[in-house]
Amino acid sequence: MEHYSMNLTLKVWKQQNASAEGNFETYQVKDISSEMSFLEMFDVLNEQLIHDGKEPIAFDHDCREGICGMCSMYINGRPHGPWHGTTTCQLHMRAFKDGDTVVVEPWRANAFPVVKDLVVDRSSFDRIIQAGGYVSVNTGVSIDGNAIPIEKDNADKAFAAAACIGCGACVAACKNSSAMLFVSAKVSHLALLPQGNTERKNRVMNMVSQMDKEGFGSCTFTEACEAVCPKEISITNISRLNGEYAKASLASDKQ
Amino acid sequence: MKWSDFFTSSVGKKLIMSLSGLFLIAFLVVHVGLNACIWAMDDGVMFNKAAHFMGSNVVPRVLEIGLFATFFLHIIQGLVLEFQNRAKRKKGYAVKMGSKGSAWYRKSMGLLGTLILLFLIMHIAHFWVPSRITGLEPVYIDGKEYHNLFAEMASVFNDNLLVVILYVLGCFSLAWHLVHGFQSAFRALGLTNHKYIALINSVGIGFSVIVPLAFALMPVSFYLGWV
Amino acid sequence: MLDSKIPAGKLEEKWVDYKGHCKLVNPANKRKIEIIVVGTGLAGASAAASLGELGYKVKAFCFQDSPRRAHSIAAQGGINAAKNYQNDGDSVFRLFYDTIKGGDYRARESNVHRLAEVSVNIIDQCVAQGVPFAREYGGLLNNRSFGGTQVKRTFYAAGQTGQQLLIGAYQALERQVALGNVQMYTRHEMLDVVVIDGKARGIIARDLISGKTERHFGHAVLLCTGGYGNVFYLSTNAMGSNVTAAWKAHRKGAFFGNPCFTQIHPTCIPVTGDHQSKLTLMSESLRNDGRIWVPKKQNDDRKANDIPEEERDYYLERRYPAFGNLVPRDVASRAAKERCDAGFGVGTTKQAVYLDFRFNLINKYGRVEASKLGIENPDEATLVRLGKEVVKEEYGNLFDMYEKITGENPYEVPMRIYPAVHYTMGGLWVDYELMTNIQGLYALGEANFSDHGANRLGASALMQGLADGYFVIPYTIGNYLADEIGTKPIPTTHEAFEKAEAAVSDRIKTLIGIKGKQSVESFHKRLGKIMWEKCGMARNEKGLKEAIVEIQQLKKEFWSDVRIPGNINEMNTELDKAGRVADFIELGELMCKDALDRNESCGGHFREESQTEDGEALRHDDQYMYVAAWEYKGESDWQLHKEKLEYEVIKPSQRNYK
Repeated sequence: MEHYSMNLTLKVWKQQNASAEGNFETYQVKDISSEMSFLEMFDVLNEQLIHDGKEPIAFDHDCREGICGMCSMYINGRPHGPWHGTTTCQLHMRAFKDGDTVVVEPWRANAFPVVKDLVVDRSSFDRIIQAGGYVSVNTGVSIDGNAIPIEKDNADKAFAAAACIGCGACVAACKNSSAMLFVSAKVSHLALLPQGNTERKNRVMNMVSQMDKEGFGSCTFTEACEAVCPKEISITNISRLNGEYAKASLASDKQ
Repeated sequence: MKWSDFFTSSVGKKLIMSLSGLFLIAFLVVHVGLNACIWAMDDGVMFNKAAHFMGSNVVPRVLEIGLFATFFLHIIQGLVLEFQNRAKRKKGYAVKMGSKGSAWYRKSMGLLGTLILLFLIMHIAHFWVPSRITGLEPVYIDGKEYHNLFAEMASVFNDNLLVVILYVLGCFSLAWHLVHGFQSAFRALGLTNHKYIALINSVGIGFSVIVPLAFALMPVSFYLGWV
Repeated sequence: MLDSKIPAGKLEEKWVDYKGHCKLVNPANKRKIEIIVVGTGLAGASAAASLGELGYKVKAFCFQDSPRRAHSIAAQGGINAAKNYQNDGDSVFRLFYDTIKGGDYRARESNVHRLAEVSVNIIDQCVAQGVPFAREYGGLLNNRSFGGTQVKRTFYAAGQTGQQLLIGAYQALERQVALGNVQMYTRHEMLDVVVIDGKARGIIARDLISGKTERHFGHAVLLCTGGYGNVFYLSTNAMGSNVTAAWKAHRKGAFFGNPCFTQIHPTCIPVTGDHQSKLTLMSESLRNDGRIWVPKKQNDDRKANDIPEEERDYYLERRYPAFGNLVPRDVASRAAKERCDAGFGVGTTKQAVYLDFRFNLINKYGRVEASKLGIENPDEATLVRLGKEVVKEEYGNLFDMYEKITGENPYEVPMRIYPAVHYTMGGLWVDYELMTNIQGLYALGEANFSDHGANRLGASALMQGLADGYFVIPYTIGNYLADEIGTKPIPTTHEAFEKAEAAVSDRIKTLIGIKGKQSVESFHKRLGKIMWEKCGMARNEKGLKEAIVEIQQLKKEFWSDVRIPGNINEMNTELDKAGRVADFIELGELMCKDALDRNESCGGHFREESQTEDGEALRHDDQYMYVAAWEYKGESDWQLHKEKLEYEVIKPSQRNYK
């Protein structure tokens, strides 16, 4: 792997707090190594800003290994930047070349209000899980783990759906700001397993209802969510949610 | 869950778009089949007879009411969803995603649908209104009186390049609308089996090419004097 | 002074007896009792959910934007449990034994045995929650093996086991939030414990968005705040992982146990340059199928694939034939360091060794797949192709991650790896009930010192976090709270709350008022460098003494020259970080002090003065068979308390993995 260094122009969204008007600020960064991660490049910029007596840019990040789902930058017109199946923290600077201009914006959706600069509030996702994204078992069950064999294919599909990191890139990419990929991943994870079967009807109805309340849009299968998902969650999960929802709501006998 | 909750939920609305879309797709099959009779090379005899059947038999007449209702539902619901969805992101991006990750036609269903709606208004004014309301020239086949819809088509399209182009453009919009809509309708109904999804995708693309192409060839055929 | 409250009786009956005799709180009284849980990783989320289910009023706090982001999520390889599903001779006793031995005989027998006992319940619980563990074609749970053991007892979900377990616990937690049993405070950081009449009665927390400090009352406080590996600056911990909550408790009187016991994980992606902000682990499970080697020739500059088989030194297989590549982490790390120090390292920095999958990809997986498909005499290309598919299923996400970071394809060329700080066995001292020496203040998971001795075995951190949260604390906390049912909630206007909040606010004001020249990050980096060089994989008296002086100087410099831009009453990430680094500096000093005091080598703590002839760690059981519990007395002043470790069942011996 050839390593190189580069100078970049960054245009970054700055917004003091939730109620402030924001605007783009332009920064120059120099001698960025192609081996750095994108967030390490931001570290360099922030150190430079602090050195110059300015306020650093606030951005969400934590594990920096692509699993916590905290990082959330919309880079050059794409959530998490140009690489496929990658979170912002795993994006490395060899994706860019000397002289590039990089525009960085926060996730944009009414349901994800900006908290500061590039930080957004994704608590709506937690409330959707609260609406039913679980199996209602208390601690202390006594059924042996191997008592319920699960077809490997279904277990694998459930795992693939459960791999969602809740970063919100799907919402950020969707022209409708729809959270359907996120919601459907959870619905699928649990609907594909016998453990989730008992509550599957209420789960899907309640989670969709909460999703609508939070102000997310509806799905029109544009597939943008799947294309930007860092965990490559399949859009087929949305189809599964739709089927689950139709079955559950039509079977419901509430008048 | 109550009916009202179902029909007002985002997924319920999507299901309505899907079901109404599938009904309209079925209508297209009937429509293209009947209209293909213009190519029977019998000066429109078969076509006029078929049109007469559709206009006089009670079953198609009842279905026609359903068809208008479905069109209405599909259009209104589609527009409502389009505007509602757009409002979910009050502050937009400075750099748009463009077609990174999502093909243009998948994101332009509202636009394509609106173009088809404009076309539809023109189309209804050209044929449905005279046929059902203002009346058409009669033609006598085997001594029986029929509306001469074939002659109406000829008069609309012959020597009228602008109309022909508008019809072709309408069919073009329809094609792209169908490329997305056909498979999306099945996915919205819960189709998750990849084998069938692949099948539906292929059938959908075939349908989206063949049906609009056949429709587009009709005005062209009149204009170029092929029929 | 230190009462570990280990129940009397036979080892295997202690926990059963305890559960049968501990005091209970009746359901009506539970509703009147408030519990504060700080941290929402595996230990915190499972504790908060379980206590909420029992009917306690729980307040849970995390500094991230959602409880689902706690760093337990990054655990890759798996979780141990003595299920013996593989029929390979596993048992509760064997898991207990392996853990004690792996920890180099510096853990409490009673705690570890309890851990092994409840391990089986954890798997049942997680499966019931819908955690999608890997399964075999018959639909039953699959296992893999991990370092330091000779059985396959590790349950896993690809390379994302921690994620799946945490999401299970997170979902259980959110269910309790929905039911109103748990109140969740995200983007909140705990900045002090409030102690009234010797009992923990609440916390001072700071809302990281508004910057305001808040007071919260609780009949008991649980610290589930993880480890302190970030004291080294570079570690596999998340950027936000910190010692602050534990450190505040320590300053309020809670003893800190075995602070110098740090785990350096052998298989991490090597450092590339000064810009590096964190290190990334490549799961230990990779050592199931990857073989570790270096060239036999010093300073060999050839590409890995150009070095012929006979010129490769599979040094772990050579030195430890019985365990081979699956020796415990401390042993593997030291062996890698030894090779690199001796000039056999690879890569541009020469601070790396190879982890090579080609052999097993071809011989283990490729051949099985070929045989399944009925291909006779398959050529190498076919075997590679077939083997790749299996390896992808097992470790796909790890291989992808490696490629994203390094730009190299590990299916084609061996991974380059090097040890990195990963886990801290030390932590707040707790008794059998997980209570610190402050009444009503508990520490769970990595935040306590309890179960792993001087070295943790792979796949045991998840096990301990969930054991503490799901199956231990719900019993032990009742034993304390049963006597608290008469205690009315103390108003947060109480003098102790006032004082604690004032102290927190003063410290924040002081920090932001320094207005010096150097960034928080630069201090953290310097601290990390001191710690890594002098209190890292190998330690000696001279270095540790130097380190203590250097850290004391760094502390002075920090408090006179740190620059924190922005204001207090707003989101200010630099200010958050400054408070954490200030605490790390103090902790660093204590770690060096503890390492200096323990003049023996055990587990992850390697004192160069104490090694066998062939360079293995040499313990001194006669002098150091104790838990070092440090009491905070004032700035740079600690008093050592010793909890003697009694081995009733296991006879400590020099560890041998040969």
